[in-house]
Amino acid sequence: MAKFIFHRFLSLIPTILGISILIFFMVHLIPGDPAEMMLGERASEQSLKELRKDLGLDKPLYVQYGLFLSRMIKGDLGRALKTNEKITTEIIARFPATLELSIAAIIIATVFGMLAGIISATRQYSIFDYVSMVFSLIGVSMPIFWLGLVLMIIFSLNLGWLPLSGRLSYHISVESITNLYILDSILTQNWEGFKDAVWHIIMPAFTLSTIPMAIIARITRSSMLEVLRQDYIRTAKAKGLSPFTVYFKHGLKNALIPVITIIGLQFGILMGGAILTETIFAWPGIGKWILDAVYARDFNAVQGGTMVVAATFVFINMMVDILYAWVNPRIKMG
Amino acid sequence: MFKKLTLAFTLFVFFFAGMAFALEPKSGGTLVFGRGGDSAGLDPAFETDGNSFMICDNVYDQLILYADESTDLIPGLATSWDVSWDGLTYTFHLRKGVKFHDGTVMNSDAVVFSIGRMMKEKVVKFFKDKWDFPENQPAAEYWLSMEMENTIGSIEAVDENTVVFRLKRREAPFLANIAMDFAAIVSPAAVLKHGENFRSNPVGTGPFKFVEWIKDDRIVLEANPDYWGGHPYLDKAIFRVIPENSVRFLELKTGNIDICQFPNPEDIELAKKDSGLKLVSQPGMNIGYVSFNHTKPLWQDKRIRQALAHAINKQSIVDNIYYGLGQVAKNTIPPTLWGYNDDIIDHDYNPEKAKKLLEQADFAGKLKEAGQTKITLWSMPVARPYNPNGMKVGEAIQADLKKIGVDVELVTFEWGTYLKKQRTQDPSMDLFQLGWTGDNGDPDNFLAVLLDGLADPNVRTQWKNEEYHDLIVKAKQAVTQAERINLYRKAQELINQEVPLINLAHSLVVWPEKKRVMNFKLHPTASIRLHKVWLQ
Repeated sequence: MAKFIFHRFLSLIPTILGISILIFFMVHLIPGDPAEMMLGERASEQSLKELRKDLGLDKPLYVQYGLFLSRMIKGDLGRALKTNEKITTEIIARFPATLELSIAAIIIATVFGMLAGIISATRQYSIFDYVSMVFSLIGVSMPIFWLGLVLMIIFSLNLGWLPLSGRLSYHISVESITNLYILDSILTQNWEGFKDAVWHIIMPAFTLSTIPMAIIARITRSSMLEVLRQDYIRTAKAKGLSPFTVYFKHGLKNALIPVITIIGLQFGILMGGAILTETIFAWPGIGKWILDAVYARDFNAVQGGTMVVAATFVFINMMVDILYAWVNPRIKMG
Repeated sequence: MFKKLTLAFTLFVFFFAGMAFALEPKSGGTLVFGRGGDSAGLDPAFETDGNSFMICDNVYDQLILYADESTDLIPGLATSWDVSWDGLTYTFHLRKGVKFHDGTVMNSDAVVFSIGRMMKEKVVKFFKDKWDFPENQPAAEYWLSMEMENTIGSIEAVDENTVVFRLKRREAPFLANIAMDFAAIVSPAAVLKHGENFRSNPVGTGPFKFVEWIKDDRIVLEANPDYWGGHPYLDKAIFRVIPENSVRFLELKTGNIDICQFPNPEDIELAKKDSGLKLVSQPGMNIGYVSFNHTKPLWQDKRIRQALAHAINKQSIVDNIYYGLGQVAKNTIPPTLWGYNDDIIDHDYNPEKAKKLLEQADFAGKLKEAGQTKITLWSMPVARPYNPNGMKVGEAIQADLKKIGVDVELVTFEWGTYLKKQRTQDPSMDLFQLGWTGDNGDPDNFLAVLLDGLADPNVRTQWKNEEYHDLIVKAKQAVTQAERINLYRKAQELINQEVPLINLAHSLVVWPEKKRVMNFKLHPTASIRLHKVWLQ
């Protein structure tokens, strides 16, 4: 196992390097000059030249990439062009918000998705099966933007049950330790803050969870169906084991492998793909920040932000691989 | 009869007493301002965006301030100022007893430090505190773009409360420039203490003190009880970031925010019908225009330019594309600016007249000569404060010109490329759309920046006209405002005759707010000032 994990770690290096090259050159391929974007209508040749020099954009591309790489190895992602703030500082300020939202969303998606998948598989062709599969189809294809607004109008504007947007009410504050507000409020035993943070996360997390929930439900269902057709399940049933033991102990454990993979993948996608949800719900996360950086052609911020998201994605995938090997000892390690 | 009169009188007194009572400002409360984006930073010298300046507006003061609802200049940290006979020396007399939020004293040395730190060549003299200037600062963009480096020669603190600015050249808009955000007076002690982190720990003398900044979420300010201009009514002001326009409006409707910046035009209609909301509006200090590629022979004949001005239905553009949130422009400067020439009669929408003018000028022949069958109209790919949809405006103009027999091809590029290519006056460009948002409320900031191509190769229109150039230069150097107004009125007449550009529209800023918000005013410079705002 240790050897497997070590090998998986080693394979991260070329992956990250590849990603860095891809990101760097893709970012520079986008048409548009950050200096032009920053100065807008008031740009003059001289001010543009000076700004480009200040930003280091006057150097050849390979030199810029070399600088980017050498800095990155030292853990320095440079400075955002617009705010002149260190990218690492900017990311640290926003990443926990995205992480918290993604964790909440993936928990909702996993619990409800798997439950729906299991019940559908064990009651194939029942009303529940049809209903849940239709809902999962809707879940995959529903525009998040629209869903978010509809939820807001129903649950905030009309019913007044949930707050509309943001992470916390303005009159509540949570002492920041990890910047994951729910965790921080538990650590500091700030129950008012805890309640407020949970209240705020419900709608955005649910909105964000619809697509992965639907996918998880479908994968769980088909994987379970396949397993339930196996001989050993029939044997277990014939032995007179309780349905719970048959489905959960013998069935689910074996059906879990593709489900874990998909949960891992979906979690990775959520980390970088929460842009829309973050925008609608005024959630101060990293997705919205990268989007703004793309619009402003803030190369450093786009590179740095994307690097972090990509690295997280790769890291989660590695964790999934390890988990995979642990759940299924039939997989050869190494 | 007497009884009736007494009753009427009593009712009268109660009525007016009640009105007076109702309008009496109340102290206390927290105002939540909903905006579309976060600030980039809070050090006024280095910021360029409205979201940063709106916080700075409340945390800092300048030597001179703009009046509440206009760009008239009023005393700020300087109570008065003298200008030498040659217009080259400005002496500012500072307000005494003003302290920064960190408790340090605002004096002449703080002024020298605040402005001096932006100078590339630091020709400054302190009176008492010899502050060191921070090193490795980013470029002070506004300082450079407002040409301050070429204007200010030296800054000297002559005593505790007097600062003298010596200029390199006569520059009438100098006072207006000094009232801009970038020229705010900052606490030197705080700048040196926080270093580059001063951008997230601002310390000024303004009506509000900075409390907290959660990136992309909120900035919290609290009242400065010692403010020289009087204690603000609000206890606290919170600026919340809600990027999505419709969600921001929903937050206003549910009562979580008090003012909603930049709503969708259709939400303004909803706000009108909502009994809990009211609207506050202000003509934007901007101009959206179409101009010509003056480097091409095709556009040299002014009859052709006049024809196009008659052919474009501006009113229809404002009604349908600005959704009424704009007003047709007859001058290049907006009507809120001093020097606006209201006597100008605009080129009316008259396709027949336009056709005749084109015939007289033999436009068809000239087009053939240029080897063209149609003309191009470059249109912006993005919404700008002065134009909500460049492409749609382009389509409207295309349809209007078709009616007078001119075929137009719409051209667009990604925004950065558009700006870059426009500046080179690419021969493939015939007409282009662009606009301008004013900085300091001085007509020079529109009329020189946009049209005096003889003064500066960076002027976007590259219109070169001797007579116009003379007017603008004279106005820059004139000392009295009356003299300047006269010159700017003439400049606007010349624009009207020569049509170097077609003024399309000034946008109108309309924001909904809760009824309980009192005395909130939009400013022509787009600054947000909460000092005198109170909650009912």
